Amino acid sequence: MIKQLIFSLTVLIAASVFFYSVRNIWLNIKLLKPAYPLDRWNQRLGLLLNVGFGQTKILRFPLIGFLHALVFWGFLAILFGSAEMLIDGLFGLEKSLSILGIAHKALMFSGDLFAFIILILILVFLSRRMLMHVKRFEGIEMTHKTHKDATFALTLILLLMVSLLGMNMGYVANHTSHASIYPVSSLFVSIFWIDSPEFSHVFEQINWWAHILLIFFFANYLPYSKHFHVFMSLPNVLLSKLEPLTQMSNMDRVTQEVKLMLDPSAEIPSSHPNQIERFGMKDVEDGTWKHYIDSLTCTQCGRCTSVCPANLTGKMLSPRKLLIDYRARMNEKMPHLKADANFNDQKSLLDDYISREEIWACTTCNACAQECPVNIDHPSIILELRRYIFMEESKAPSLLNAMSTNIENNGAPWQYPPSDRMKWADQLYINE
Amino acid sequence: MSSNSRLIQVPIFSECLSQNKTPEYLFWVGSAGSFDDRAKKITRDFVKILESAKVDYAVLGSEETDSGDSARRAGNEFLFQMQAIQNIETFKMYGIQKIITCDPHDYNTIKNEYPAYGGNYKVYHHTEFIAELIKNGKLSIKSKPFGHDAITYHDPCYLGRGNKIYEEPRFIINQVTENLVEMKRNRSRALCCGAGGAQMFKEPEKGEMEVFELRTKDALELNPKVIITACPFCMTMLTDGVKLHEKEDSIQVLDIAEIIARANQL
Repeated sequence: MIKQLIFSLTVLIAASVFFYSVRNIWLNIKLLKPAYPLDRWNQRLGLLLNVGFGQTKILRFPLIGFLHALVFWGFLAILFGSAEMLIDGLFGLEKSLSILGIAHKALMFSGDLFAFIILILILVFLSRRMLMHVKRFEGIEMTHKTHKDATFALTLILLLMVSLLGMNMGYVANHTSHASIYPVSSLFVSIFWIDSPEFSHVFEQINWWAHILLIFFFANYLPYSKHFHVFMSLPNVLLSKLEPLTQMSNMDRVTQEVKLMLDPSAEIPSSHPNQIERFGMKDVEDGTWKHYIDSLTCTQCGRCTSVCPANLTGKMLSPRKLLIDYRARMNEKMPHLKADANFNDQKSLLDDYISREEIWACTTCNACAQECPVNIDHPSIILELRRYIFMEESKAPSLLNAMSTNIENNGAPWQYPPSDRMKWADQLYINE
Repeated sequence: MSSNSRLIQVPIFSECLSQNKTPEYLFWVGSAGSFDDRAKKITRDFVKILESAKVDYAVLGSEETDSGDSARRAGNEFLFQMQAIQNIETFKMYGIQKIITCDPHDYNTIKNEYPAYGGNYKVYHHTEFIAELIKNGKLSIKSKPFGHDAITYHDPCYLGRGNKIYEEPRFIINQVTENLVEMKRNRSRALCCGAGGAQMFKEPEKGEMEVFELRTKDALELNPKVIITACPFCMTMLTDGVKLHEKEDSIQVLDIAEIIARANQL
């Protein structure tokens, strides 16, 4: 009873803190612009199964991708056990979901096995980060802080797996008939164990509490960590842009104005009569909810940067940095903006975070978006910043202004008159 | 010119209208295909293919105006939409429903972005169109001019990653060679040539090397006789890359339309 009470209180605290974090994110989202209508749910569900649960994009890097996919699939099995622990703790039960029979046994079996696999993999990932020189984990945006964040998150997962196995071992020692459901734990118990039921029980309880408290801590640490992808990747995939990668978003306001220019009598419905919206993006609040959840989802794996042609040829652009910058600026500005709609700290995402040199180095080849395992749309940030630079500031590189002027004047990016458009067809013979 | 060569009078929509003809396809030449000297050769060869397959097509001539792709990617949404709406009006005037183009950027813009302004068309990239002509038996390949020479294909970003057209170009290339070799970065992993996103029209940012230099290196690793692509911008960049690596005497950079024109000695 005491255990139940203490546990319920812990759950309440953990859930409240988590709710507070999620509410903050939701309030931020509400301050941002719409991205696109969320329709075509069949297609979205397909993506969720394929890219999300199937992990197809992370497998584009076959070896390390497969190892990470194992961790993901393992988490799913282990999540079932965590849900059971929650129910057990709240209602004072033991293995409450065993009413599910064979399914329960199968999930417990795979959870125990995966806990061990993940434990080994986390050790591999940690040593890879610390001992090996992985180019993907380097770059101007990869500060000491992000490396510490990675190490901390990996260590937490390691402890989660150790405590899970510890809990299973204690349980198996006292429930030998269930030994076959916990393959790894029963193996360990058979190798080394103190043959005392009291010890086993206390050992199980200590690890039970350690595991569930670690889960609560982990869940509440994640929203402030680059490791938030644990929660965000599936929703982000589900809410992906469904259009071809190279299709740019339309600016409806521009369409209205262009139609007015072409036909002054056209009636234009005005959705925000008093609100003067910027063209493009200067600062984070000009972005959409998708830019924001992209930035929350990014775990800085650097697959995007590793395939970026600008980055590969030594230019300043790193697609990963765009997401890190967007999130950092959201964290910096949004608390103030929520308190005061006119807040201005004389800083902006453009220039103070993302430089023009980065923005103009992009070829919009979409290799970054193609490679991203969680369907982040990096080029969209670049293109929105360009829209601001071009249309609000008129500060595009001079050659692009010239290109634009040519199109306006003579319908081609070069200075050729429309009357020359057929010159290619002069003296064109075919052999028949 | 050989004795059986014929001068092509490229049909223009405005003239067809006065003759009460409504061609089935618009061949959208695009700004690069109209004005860039290297791309003009691709345009000419593609028209020869259309003629030899007896395709019912016409061009817009001086009524064609830039698709707006580069303007949009440079950030000039106003200009892009003006161009798009103007072109859509022209298409409407001639009742155009099917469009073919050799330019993956214009292909992407017309196919995917024009529908926002009411312009819905069946749009073909010339690689799709040629592949279909071959499969329908309307175009038969008469020779394999490249024999066993190693040929590699560079996937244009706006064709490949953008619109998932990977296999049609390879299908066509396999008609004219026995030896299509792949770069280590190919299909959805292909490295950009460096010209997209309006880069074609500006100086590159500072770096250790040019993007086209790196991409050409990918191709040179295979010791190819020919590098094939299907985009006028990629053509410029890879041609420059081959020159930069001083290989222009031993390696040709060709468009898919050009290899077909050669195979059939058009």
